[in-house]
Amino acid sequence: MEQTQAVFPVKGSIYTPFNIITGIILAVGLVLTVLRFTGGLAAVTNLDHHNPWGIWIGFDLLCGVALAAGGYTTSAATYIFGLKRYHSAVRPAILTAFLGYALVVLALHYDVGRPWRLPYPIFFSQGTSSLLFEVALCVFLYLSVLFIEFSPAAMEWLGLRRARQLVVRLVLALTIFGVILSTLHQSSLGALYLIAPSKLHPLWYSTYLALFFFISSMFAGLSMVIFESTLSHRFLHHKMDAEHLAESDGVALGFAKAASFIMIGYLFIQMIGLAVDNDWGYLATGWGAWYLLELIGFVALPAFVYAVGVREKNLRLIRWTAAWTVLGIIFNRLNISVIAFNWHLPSSMRYFPSLMEIGTTLFIVTIGVVTYRFIATRMPILYAHPDYHGEE
Amino acid sequence: MGITRRELLGWMAAGAGAGTFLKKNAWAAGNHHFTGYPKSAGVLHDVTRCIGCRKCETACNRVNELPAPETSFDNLDVLKDRQWLSDSRLTVVNRYFPAGTNSPVYVKTQCNHCLEPACASACFVKALKKQPTGAVTYDESLCVGCRYCMIACPFEVPAYEYHKPLTPRVMKCTLCQPRLEKGQLPGCVEACPKEALTYGRRDELIRIARQRIDKYPGRYIRHIYGENEMGGTSWLYLAGHSFGALGMREDLGVASAPSLTAGALAVVPMVVSVGVVLLTGIHAISQRKDKVAREEQQEAVNRAREEAEETMARKLADQKRAADKEKEAAIKREVEKALAESARENQPGDPAGEAGGREG
Amino acid sequence: MIDAFFTLQEFMIHTKAIAYLLMGAALIGLPLFWCFLTGRDEKKRTY
Repeated sequence: MEQTQAVFPVKGSIYTPFNIITGIILAVGLVLTVLRFTGGLAAVTNLDHHNPWGIWIGFDLLCGVALAAGGYTTSAATYIFGLKRYHSAVRPAILTAFLGYALVVLALHYDVGRPWRLPYPIFFSQGTSSLLFEVALCVFLYLSVLFIEFSPAAMEWLGLRRARQLVVRLVLALTIFGVILSTLHQSSLGALYLIAPSKLHPLWYSTYLALFFFISSMFAGLSMVIFESTLSHRFLHHKMDAEHLAESDGVALGFAKAASFIMIGYLFIQMIGLAVDNDWGYLATGWGAWYLLELIGFVALPAFVYAVGVREKNLRLIRWTAAWTVLGIIFNRLNISVIAFNWHLPSSMRYFPSLMEIGTTLFIVTIGVVTYRFIATRMPILYAHPDYHGEE
Repeated sequence: MGITRRELLGWMAAGAGAGTFLKKNAWAAGNHHFTGYPKSAGVLHDVTRCIGCRKCETACNRVNELPAPETSFDNLDVLKDRQWLSDSRLTVVNRYFPAGTNSPVYVKTQCNHCLEPACASACFVKALKKQPTGAVTYDESLCVGCRYCMIACPFEVPAYEYHKPLTPRVMKCTLCQPRLEKGQLPGCVEACPKEALTYGRRDELIRIARQRIDKYPGRYIRHIYGENEMGGTSWLYLAGHSFGALGMREDLGVASAPSLTAGALAVVPMVVSVGVVLLTGIHAISQRKDKVAREEQQEAVNRAREEAEETMARKLADQKRAADKEKEAAIKREVEKALAESARENQPGDPAGEAGGREG
Repeated sequence: MIDAFFTLQEFMIHTKAIAYLLMGAALIGLPLFWCFLTGRDEKKRTY
C-alpha cells in the first residue's frame, strides 16, 4: 500500500519520491542531450576507433529489443495458437513492446552520427547486403505494427469507436506480420556480429548467432511479461479489472512453463554450437568460466527453478526467476556487444561506458517507465474498457 | 490462334536449355565464384625496404588536407610507441623489433582496400563501395554514422570523427581515388624514397612479389600478406619476418566478409514466406480444433439431454404403469367389496342387520 | 540475362534487393490468396 502511495499520491501532491527521482533523471538527461549535440559523441561517450559501439548499442538497442519480445510472444500465444487465457496479458505486453522499440529508436538518435539521416537506408539508398539494413527495415515496420496494435486502447480512451472497429479486424494479420518481423530482427541483431569473427570470443561467436538471439528472445519476452506483471501488481493494482487479476497467475504459470522448456532447448543448441566449432577447449579458460556463468548461472539454473515453480505452483518462485532470467538476457547481450567483443585487445584499449553514457541510458529508460505509467493509468491496458467489454 | 500445352512445354524446355549454355563461370546456385574487377589496382608494400622516414605520412596528410599532427612527421621518436590510425591519420608507420633481430623493422599500414570489403558489405546505405579502380571509397553524403563498418573491418581501419557534433565522418585511406582518376600515383607511393611502395595492377603486383621472393629467398618469408586474407586485399605486403611480429593479424582466415553473412541473409526471405504460411496454418488449425471441440461439447450436451429425457420418460412410464396398476387393483378391491356386500344383502336372515341398515 | 558481377558484394546487393521486393510481394499476395481460399467457408460464429 505504501508503495502505491509512493507512486500515486493520496493527497494530490506531485512531489512523490518517484516523481522527484524521475524528475532529476529527466533533467540530467536533457543536459546530456544538449552536450551530445553540441560536443559530438566524444563529449559524452568513451567510444573510440577500436570500440565504435558501446552500451547505447549493447544495452539500449540489444537489450531493449530482446526485452520487448513479450509483445510478439504474448500475441502469438493468444491469437495464433488460440490460447485465450492469456488475453489479459496482451495489451500490457504490446504497450511495453511499443514503448521499448520507440525508445530504441530514440536511443539511436543519440548514438548515430547523423540521426536525421536514419530514414536513408529505407527510403533513399538501400544497402541490401547488410544485416543492419534488415534490422533497420524490420524495426521500422515493426514499430508501425506495434503502434497500430496499441491504438485500439487509445481509441477506446478517446471514444473513437468506428476507427477502433476497423483496426480490430486487422488483429490476426498484424499479429502474424509482427511475429515474422520479430523473428527477423531478433535474429538479425545476433547476425550483425557474424561479420566479425576475429573480434568476438569463440565461445560466443557461432554461425548460429542469429538462432541463439531468436530463441533467447522468446524466453526473454515471456520472462519480461511475468516480471512486469509483478511490478504492475505492486504499483498499478487498482487499475486491474477482474479478468486481469483472475488470469494473472495463470499467465505466470503458463509462461514460466514455456520459458523453462525453451531455455533447456537453448542449452542444447548452445552445446551444438560449441561442438560444431570444436570450442570445448575454451571452456577451461577464464573466458570459459565467464561463459559457463552465463549459461549455467543465468539460463540452466533459472530454467530448473522455473520448472520447480511450475510443478509446485509456486508463483513467488516463478516471479523471482523471471527477474533472474531477464538479468541473464542482459548479461548475454552485454557479453556479445562489449565484454567478449574485442576480447583480444589489451586491457588498456578496452571499452568501459562513461558516466554520461550510463546517465543517458537511465534517462531513456526513465522516459519509458514514466510513459508506461501515464498510459496504463489512463487507458484500458490493465482493464477492459466498459463500453467495449465483450468485443474483441 | 492459341498455343497448345505441348508447344508451351517445348518452348520452356528450349529456353532452359539455352540458359544453361549461356551461363558463365559456374553460375549454378550457391557455387558462384567472383574474380574481382579486371585491371583492379593495388599497392605492394615491401617492408624490407621501409626505413621509417614517415614521408608517406606527410604526403597523405597534405594530399587529404588533414589537420596538422600533434608532433611533426619528421619526429621519428614517436615510433617508440605503437601508432594507431585515427580520424586525422589515414596511414601510420610503426617500428618493430622482431625476436632475433637488432635492427628495427618498419611497417606502413592503412586501409587494405579489400577485394570484398567488410565495410562495404556492412554499410546499410551503400556509402562504402569497391570501385573498379581497386579503391574502396566513402561517400560522406550518404553516411548515417552508424559505425557498423568499424565493427566489421577485421583490420580495425576506419576511424570516426567523434568530436564533431553535426558532420562527423568515417575516415580512412581512399587510395587517392581522385588522383588515380587523373592518372597520378597515390600520395604515399609517390613520396616514398625507397620504393617500398609499388602501385600497379593487383595481378601484376602478385607476380612481382613472387618473383622477389624467388629471387631473394633469404630476405623474404614465403607469404604475400593480403593475397588471400579475408578473400584478398588490394594492398599486399612482403616482409622478412612473420607478419604476426609486425602487428598484423595472422588469424583472419580467407573467407571474405560478405560470405560470412550470406547464410543469415539467405534465410530472411524464407522466414517471411514460410512464416506467413505456417503461422496462418497454425491459426487455422487451432481455430478448427476449437470449433470441433465446441461441436463435440455441444453434441455431448445434446446426447446427455436426450438420455436424461429418455430416462425421465421411462421413469414416468414406469410410474404411470405402477399408478395404473394400483388404480386397477383399487377398483378391483372396490368391486369385490361391492359384490360381497350385495351378496350379503341378498342373503335371508341377516343377523347383523347391516345389510338392512344399508338400504338405499 | 548474362549479368557481369565482379564481386560477391555487388552480386549480393543485387540479389538481396530482389529478394526484399519478393518478400513484400509475398506479404501482400499470401494474405490475399488466403482470403480467396477461405472465402466460401462457414462463417465463424461467436455467440
